[in-house]
Amino acid sequence: MSAARTMSAARTPRTLALILVAILAAGPFAPQWTMFLLTIALAKGLVVLGLMLLLRCGLVSFGQALYYCVGAYAAGMLGRSAGVSDLLTLMLAGMAAAALVALVLGFLLARYRGIFFGLLSLAISMILYGLLVKTEALGSSDGFNVLPSTLFGIRPADAWVRYAVLALAAVVTFVAALAVHRYLGTPLGRLAPAIKDNEIRVEYMGASARYAIHVKYVIAAALAGLGGALAATTVGHIDPEMAYWTTSGEFIFITILAGTGSVIAPFLGALIFGVIHTVAFDLSPNTWQMVLGACLLVVIVFLPNGLWSLFRRRRAG
Amino acid sequence: MSLEQFLAVLIDGIIYSAWLFVAAIGLTLIYGVMKIVNVTHGSFYALGAYAAASITGALLARGMPPALSYAVLLGSALLVTLIVAPLIERGILRFMYVKDEVVILLITYALFLILEDAIKLVWGVNPYFIAEPYGLLGSFDVFDLTYPYYNLILVGVAIVCGVGLAWMLNHTRTGKLLVAVIHDTEVSRAMGINVDRMYLFTFTFGSLLAAIGGAFTAPTVSVVPGLGVEVIVLSFAVVVIGGLGSLPGAALGAVIVGLVRSATVHYLPQAELFVIYLVMAMVLAFRPRGLFSIAEARKI
Repeated sequence: MSAARTMSAARTPRTLALILVAILAAGPFAPQWTMFLLTIALAKGLVVLGLMLLLRCGLVSFGQALYYCVGAYAAGMLGRSAGVSDLLTLMLAGMAAAALVALVLGFLLARYRGIFFGLLSLAISMILYGLLVKTEALGSSDGFNVLPSTLFGIRPADAWVRYAVLALAAVVTFVAALAVHRYLGTPLGRLAPAIKDNEIRVEYMGASARYAIHVKYVIAAALAGLGGALAATTVGHIDPEMAYWTTSGEFIFITILAGTGSVIAPFLGALIFGVIHTVAFDLSPNTWQMVLGACLLVVIVFLPNGLWSLFRRRRAG
Repeated sequence: MSLEQFLAVLIDGIIYSAWLFVAAIGLTLIYGVMKIVNVTHGSFYALGAYAAASITGALLARGMPPALSYAVLLGSALLVTLIVAPLIERGILRFMYVKDEVVILLITYALFLILEDAIKLVWGVNPYFIAEPYGLLGSFDVFDLTYPYYNLILVGVAIVCGVGLAWMLNHTRTGKLLVAVIHDTEVSRAMGINVDRMYLFTFTFGSLLAAIGGAFTAPTVSVVPGLGVEVIVLSFAVVVIGGLGSLPGAALGAVIVGLVRSATVHYLPQAELFVIYLVMAMVLAFRPRGLFSIAEARKI
């Protein structure tokens, strides 16, 4: 099992590169709506990638929408007040803003475990929601539109905008996923399952669980900020709903659906979520939540390690 | 700050506290006994509101005397809970108790998503209104401010629910058994208490309290899809402030949130929403287990 695991982990960078090439190559031939679906899946996948880091040490954040929203608003406000429209700059700004907030809040949250970690993150994300809803300068509950994005100073032709955004998103996501994959192999990254199993033994070993969690928390927030900024520029509109608890619930949903087996899982999960969402919403707009809820139940009961465990079992066998 | 405005803050605060208390008390009961943070609580609130609005509305249309509608509100909450809650507990939740606290929370989240749409399937997406129970009673004046008498019913419901639950826990056989289960599930089981039946009872009773909250709120609002979504976070906030699983805690949490909110609505309306969650975050930051909580031993 462990040999198979190392092998499949060693294959991850190659698989990631293959997926990147496939997206870049197939993009120009894909219909516009699939490119939109894919870009949003990448944005949500980035958030979920961060949640996966936290879930590996047994922490479930019911407020990750906070960083998604911070990233989106940072990008939107940068465009509005400074006229910045470069997509990469906006994404990096969203990431930096979210990481900064998480660095500060992390001193508090890294002390919490279990249900209390979840509830405190929920409370903080709802604070942001409450603030944004009442901030008229930022459009209150309506939010505001984000400037059309440019790429390195050029606005691509209308037919190519979606592809350009998708391509950049895919490259950025590739780098982020690879970095997280590397991180999982470092001593600090490997500490996660140990923290989940028995925190006191981690401390006997001479490692600081709180420090490890703080680092993961900041990384997770940075990824969520990146995803939020990407979603903001892709959709072209942001509103306080991005920080509401149901948004966090959606991210947790995808995390559980995907499982923590590999850095590829979050993106697969986000894509499957997007497809279920689109198809179910299309077929019957009043029961799509029911379909999602049923999927979540089935996954929790029959695949406690997420959809990714399907792949691993087959490979190991 | 004039006396009049102060009174207005106080009255609004009390009414809002009463509503919060009824909405949240079942959540704290279920957490205390079953250690489940129950997201479906909001669904039961919505179920209660829908059942009350549709049944009361239908009966009034057939010529029922409006004075009976209060009993019908209660009866519809009871009816819908007795159908749905045992179904969920026996059909799904009871197989999940071995799982981790956070995983059970996610399961109730999945059930919440399912119930949200089930409600739309049964009642459709058009809003329901029943104004009769609200309009029947008229209103009273405090200085220049007018308050409907119906709001006093909400306060009454809150007091009856709180006192009733406290009496049930301390003075009935079932209540005393429940206290034992709250204290230590495994020892209770070893002593011969039928813990499974206690869980079924608790889940149904806790959900009933949420449904009652919804049923008695129904006449004051339009009952629309998504009604329970906000109730979930609000009741989480109330329960967390007081301490998960604590009955006096839920009362204190409701009063704090109610008064703080009504004060901000009057003096600083921009902060209305965020102040509730600020209080919740502050309490979690300084007293992570809430204001009324017992210290738990660290387990190795």
